[in-house]
Amino acid sequence: MNDFYIIFTASLVAVNCALMGSFLVMRKMVMIGDAISHAVLPGIFIAYYVSGSTASLPILVGAALSGIVATIMIEWFTQKARLQSDAAIGISYTLLFSIGIVLISKYGANADLDQQCVLYGEIEYVSLWLKPIIGGFMLPQQAITLGIVSIVLIVAVIVGYRGLFITTFDPNYALSTGVFVTFWHYFLMSGVSLTTVVSFESVGAILVVAFLSGPPAIAYLLTEDFKKMLVLACVTGIGCSVGGYYFAKWLDVSIAGSISAVIGLVFTMVFFITSVQKSKADVIST
Amino acid sequence: MNTIIEVHNLTVVYGRKPALWNVDFELPEKQVIGIMGPNGSGKSTLLKAIMGVVEPTGGFTKVYDTNLDAVRHRVSYVPQRQDIDWDFPASVWDIVSMGRFQKRGLFKKLTTADKDIISESLEKVNMLGFAKRQISQLSGGQQQRVFLARAIAQQGDLFLMDEPFAGVDIATEEMIISLIKEMKAAGKTLVIVHHDLHTAQSYFDHLVLLNTRLVACGPTKTVFTDQILTDTYGGKLTTIAKISQELENKEFPIRHK
Repeated sequence: MNDFYIIFTASLVAVNCALMGSFLVMRKMVMIGDAISHAVLPGIFIAYYVSGSTASLPILVGAALSGIVATIMIEWFTQKARLQSDAAIGISYTLLFSIGIVLISKYGANADLDQQCVLYGEIEYVSLWLKPIIGGFMLPQQAITLGIVSIVLIVAVIVGYRGLFITTFDPNYALSTGVFVTFWHYFLMSGVSLTTVVSFESVGAILVVAFLSGPPAIAYLLTEDFKKMLVLACVTGIGCSVGGYYFAKWLDVSIAGSISAVIGLVFTMVFFITSVQKSKADVIST
Repeated sequence: MNTIIEVHNLTVVYGRKPALWNVDFELPEKQVIGIMGPNGSGKSTLLKAIMGVVEPTGGFTKVYDTNLDAVRHRVSYVPQRQDIDWDFPASVWDIVSMGRFQKRGLFKKLTTADKDIISESLEKVNMLGFAKRQISQLSGGQQQRVFLARAIAQQGDLFLMDEPFAGVDIATEEMIISLIKEMKAAGKTLVIVHHDLHTAQSYFDHLVLLNTRLVACGPTKTVFTDQILTDTYGGKLTTIAKISQELENKEFPIRHK
């Protein structure tokens, strides 16, 4: 059962990240996910300090809020200060992350906040916090939270598909037809923030970025239809989770690290196969 | 003639560099209007400011004698082709459907009537056979046709087009120009950013000549003069003119167009 709990949890992270990552990849802003996953640290600490507990809900709220603060900062630096977007991302998240580090080192001497866990997660231990669902069937607490987020995101992407699509493809045209582009930006960013915050607790910041960028990039190479890309990214993400888990078990290594490595390997393979096919097609067409 | 677009003391500044400085003019309706000027003279910025895509630093614009928001459904914007990532995973149909989002809203399904309009728009630019084609497989001319079809699908009366002739094949250029004439005959107004001086006189009824500041605005016949073109294009044009003058003086054989 332990295998199933871990794979199921990783798969939910994969689906959440694939949905948000597909839009981020097409908007050329994947590193926002990386920024948010680091920038949540001060939020987590302040929530912990104020509420005095490591209970999930206040921590999640604090983290999500500082994630949104990070996206607002990035947006402000690029729009108002006319800074390049990658520089704006770099400045914003290192600032927030370091504020978190300073706060923890000053006031959190006996805090149960582990910086190691922030970066690498603790997916190996998800089955330690089992909750009953129906009829004695148990699921890890984290999988339940992730599952709720998955449902929210799937509904948001289906309902908001047109708005997200038009503002991703051609924001200037969208503006010209009266679409409220800023709303859709923050709609997506709230989703990314939520995804990152609930995911990094289980799989760590590095695997969150791997999931946000890898499966959507693989799907992008394989299809030329954005709807198919969304589905394919989810399927690829789940596949890599399963493959990565057994790879880790076989070699007895870190699961999060192994899944990241599998994502990278699959991307490289797909890239070579599709580029060989493309060059063949070019020879035929010319 | 009724005024369709008013631009009043419009200034747009990017960072510290002004793109448009105190530009002020009015445009008549049911005409084909060219916006011309050298590179970086603020032509695209002018269209973007009229469409509310960039915020003016100073001044204001009016369309149909009112705020753009009240008449947005009558105005179609065709952005510059190069502004878009054409490797985006989408089909021609996906892109042209966007032209119906405004009417139908972002949450309601497109109706059969919408789909008919999309098909008709594609037909008008000879791209109906390419509806299912991926946009990454299109040539420059075909990309431009897709953008035009999307604007036509909006069914507006005023079209603002940013460089529709840039980097397209001759067949597409001829097709676009005949389409533009057809639209004018149907009572539409077209405002087109253009850079080819050779074709300006035959394409446009009215011209706006721009070089960050407004140089001239009026009917092509009165505005398209050597003096005004020299003022607009400055050094570059005078150098060319001087060389040909010089050559002429030395009685080199030089062809006149």
